[in-house]
Amino acid sequence: MREIEVSKITDVIERLCIDANNHLPCDVKAAIERCRACEDGEIACGVLDNIIENYHIADEENVPICQDTGMACVFLEIGQDVHLVGGDLTDAVNEGVRRGYDKGYLRKSVVKDPVRRGNTGDNTPAMIYTEIVPGENVKITIGPKGFGSENMSAVRMFKPSAGLQGIKDFIIETVEAAGPNPCPPIVIGVGIGGTFDKAALLAKKAIMRPLDTHHPDPYYADLEVEMLEKVNALGIGPQGFGGKTTAIGLNIETLPTHIAGMPCAININCHVTRHKTEVI
Amino acid sequence: MEKRITLPLTEELAKTLKAGDSVLLTGVIYTSRDAGHKRMCEALARGEELPFDPKDATIYYVGPTPAKPGQVIGSAGPTTSGRMDAYAPTMMSVGARGMIGKGARLPEVIEAMKKYNGVYFGAIGGAGALLAKQIKSAELVAYEDLGAEALRRLYVEDMPLVVIIDSEGNNLYETGRADYLKKHGN
Repeated sequence: MREIEVSKITDVIERLCIDANNHLPCDVKAAIERCRACEDGEIACGVLDNIIENYHIADEENVPICQDTGMACVFLEIGQDVHLVGGDLTDAVNEGVRRGYDKGYLRKSVVKDPVRRGNTGDNTPAMIYTEIVPGENVKITIGPKGFGSENMSAVRMFKPSAGLQGIKDFIIETVEAAGPNPCPPIVIGVGIGGTFDKAALLAKKAIMRPLDTHHPDPYYADLEVEMLEKVNALGIGPQGFGGKTTAIGLNIETLPTHIAGMPCAININCHVTRHKTEVI
Repeated sequence: MEKRITLPLTEELAKTLKAGDSVLLTGVIYTSRDAGHKRMCEALARGEELPFDPKDATIYYVGPTPAKPGQVIGSAGPTTSGRMDAYAPTMMSVGARGMIGKGARLPEVIEAMKKYNGVYFGAIGGAGALLAKQIKSAELVAYEDLGAEALRRLYVEDMPLVVIIDSEGNNLYETGRADYLKKHGN
């Protein structure tokens, strides 16, 4: 049994909120630069050049890459041999978000009621996803999620008879419907299986997964490659102005599901696909 | 190939801009998003004046991050314009001709653009740090309680934009993609 003070979690979250918003992960940068090398349209190349210049400015000046610094999605993998002490875990996470968004000059984009609105003023509450795992560490991942792209996401409960083709069509349909709105080039997270809610969680986890990795099952790894190609043949292009680069990555996550169903969720993210991880 | 343009966005200037043009825009623009637009349209409905002169004005759909010490403004890229579609025709009817944002617009907005010679410019979504560099001054005009969504007057220099929809209703989102697909034989 290892004791960890929740204040330590607060400190890490404060730091990760700022880091994630100001510094794009290397795998995302590499994917954007690879796509830039393949573009040939004048407007498309210009847009990608500006996107690259933008994250360089953010790195150098330590400022947010995008003004939508998102809802703070906080993934906690808590070792089952850890005893968290010194306070309430949820409060500790929210305190970290509150401090990070204040000290980092990040935008406060959370309203306290979905219908009646009203900004909470400190970007809390965080969206917290906890998982109990073996071991005595706490792994914390922050993924600030912008809503221009979140709004373009979709979930569908397929009949099993829809098969693989149903999922392929759904991906294309969703990207097509999103068009220029989610700030392409985008990252597409696909969650297949589980239940209604688990499929959506898988899709969110899929956008957090580095873009230079594949699903461990070759069947789905091949599907990732195939669907990325198909999405990029749509011609939507950077910012929707036309071009080869509609998406810089497509990750699939799967779970077993019920004999009667085939849930599928698609979470869309823009080119500012942010995530930072630290292990305590 | 970039066109340098200086605001205000008069009818004459608007008519020279065509979908697909890359422009570098200089002049005074105003910031507003959903909550600010709602208030402005409610004020107009009550017969009140807007907090700024809308004649030939350009509105930037943006909610910037807070400025760090020494910064004019924080990161300031465009938000999704479609959320302002309910208000845009009203804003154009009182003279606010220019819109800067990203994403698709409804047919009724495009119809209003044709009627009032409106122009819809695209700024690069997600390039907030870069776009902030072109903003040389920022001052609060109204609705301070809305925080990031408050109405601000900005002076921008050489702000890099692309004309997405022009005053004749030509739409780069349609033509750009169609041109690409034609060229690549799909």
